[in-house]
Amino acid sequence: MSSPTLPPGLAIQKADERIMTLNVGPQHPGSGHMRIVVQIDGDQIVACDPDPGYVHRGEEKMAEYRNYTLNVPHLERPVIHDSCNILYPYVLASEELLGLEIPERAKYIRVIASELNRCIYIQYWLAIYGIFLGHSTMFMWPAGDRELLIDLMEKMTGARVTHSYFIPGGIRNDLPANFEDVCLRQVNYFEKRIKEYADVFYENPILISRTANTGVLTRENAIRLGTTGSVLRASGIDYDVRKKEPYDVYDELDFETPVLKDGDSYARSRIPWLDMMESCRIIRDALQKMPKSGSVRVKLKPNPKGELGSVYKRIESGRGALGCYIVSDKKPEPYRVKLSVPSFRNLIAMPHLLIGEKLGNMPSIYWSLNYWPVEADR
Amino acid sequence: MSSDPEKEPIEKKSEEQKSSEDKPAAAKPTPKPAATKPAAKKEEPELPAFEKGLADKITEKFGEKTTVSYVKPDRIGIKVGKDDLHDVAEFARDVLNYDHVESVAGVDYPSDKEIEVVYHLSSYTDPTLSRQVLELATRAQREEDPIPGNDATKLKSLRDVFYSVEFHEREVFEMLGVYFEGHPDNRRLLLPEDWADLPPLRKDFRIKGR
Repeated sequence: MSSPTLPPGLAIQKADERIMTLNVGPQHPGSGHMRIVVQIDGDQIVACDPDPGYVHRGEEKMAEYRNYTLNVPHLERPVIHDSCNILYPYVLASEELLGLEIPERAKYIRVIASELNRCIYIQYWLAIYGIFLGHSTMFMWPAGDRELLIDLMEKMTGARVTHSYFIPGGIRNDLPANFEDVCLRQVNYFEKRIKEYADVFYENPILISRTANTGVLTRENAIRLGTTGSVLRASGIDYDVRKKEPYDVYDELDFETPVLKDGDSYARSRIPWLDMMESCRIIRDALQKMPKSGSVRVKLKPNPKGELGSVYKRIESGRGALGCYIVSDKKPEPYRVKLSVPSFRNLIAMPHLLIGEKLGNMPSIYWSLNYWPVEADR
Repeated sequence: MSSDPEKEPIEKKSEEQKSSEDKPAAAKPTPKPAATKPAAKKEEPELPAFEKGLADKITEKFGEKTTVSYVKPDRIGIKVGKDDLHDVAEFARDVLNYDHVESVAGVDYPSDKEIEVVYHLSSYTDPTLSRQVLELATRAQREEDPIPGNDATKLKSLRDVFYSVEFHEREVFEMLGVYFEGHPDNRRLLLPEDWADLPPLRKDFRIKGR
């Protein structure tokens, strides 16, 4: 076990009388499946070293052994609560490599599924954010309202959480009969419910006093660190892939992307909530504009071969821009699949925000980053 | 989706074969083989002008040190030698206004004895670049028996050009064994500290049973 030479960059540290080193995680419920090594002086954080990797499963390696369709069920595992969105760039990229043109109706259904999934993810995140700030009502409400949309997804795809709904060539199955009416009714009720969160949570003075002006990320730093999604838009930069580089039918739909200027934990927690309202708007618009009938998938040949070359596609997930880079060498299996996930990209902001803050503010800053450890580790 | 107009002339042949199978729009002219060639030539100048302009700026500045691997709508791919990557990245940041790196991917090519590292650059501040992704690819020497950090598989880090590559380069280091010189924090990130096998994303590291 003893290694005579330490790997580069690893050093043995001497104990300090004044600075205490704390391991937050990986079992600590406040950190998710990751460890954050923080050094504190009194209760002020002076150094922070995030250590992810406890749930690394080698998804990218596994993708090199399976063909384009068989990669679908396991590539959605990193974020099962946002499973449609994590598959989206992979599916778009493989369609370009396989040279598929997908039907119009499938594009609309994909957008609806993707937005429903975004809401499901954000509700799950909001529930956790609420409970770690000690606000148990904010755990119960989103966890309950989330079920409305999960039921919808179950009708649509047959599975509650891991849908495997998007496949190269379109979607797995068409919508069930009468889905449009049920969807519209549920989404309208859902929107009414989430508006009530303002009274109990977002305009709650206790929440504001705990999250406002903590963990401030300035506009310049948000760009320099390459952050994405709600972290970026809370710092005043209007960048959303759905608007800037519309994929499928987002350019035909009517929606806004919320932007806030403060860059603190409060702004970062508000953006996803505002996003959900826009998602409801997108779903209603898409239901109206969707072709009422038609095919939803292109039939693939068995073991289709991708054309030689590489493709990089990106989409906006519940947490931020999600990119997928596929290299193909004319074999049924991709040569290399790289997922550039928003959680991994936002990880770099964590030490940046935590240093100088009090230890007690750690959960609110950590969860406001919309960080999902399983996704970051892949 | 419609990547056919931007292909290099050498790949035209395979493109035409393909188009008859799965591209109904491009399949129309195929009945007359004589008519396809002029039509294809006509499409040649239809390289997306903006992307072509950006790629030309890089090739003008660096000449033979860079080669354009592809120009597609919203995507530019540039191949750079490993000694010039730092300069090209600085040029992309200072002159072309790319301000962050979205992803750093390592791809192993054992038959070429090389490992390719691909940077995907994008921009938040320049609205004209908001759809664009610039791909800078460079190749490092690959060793059969890697000693990560202590062999010839080395590249110059882009951390001082783009701060956002910090964790991405750490990931490439542990997954493929490419050491980034000038990176302040070359430690493992996702793998356990006592990992003693090959870097797992190399092709000679096989998954059990596959």
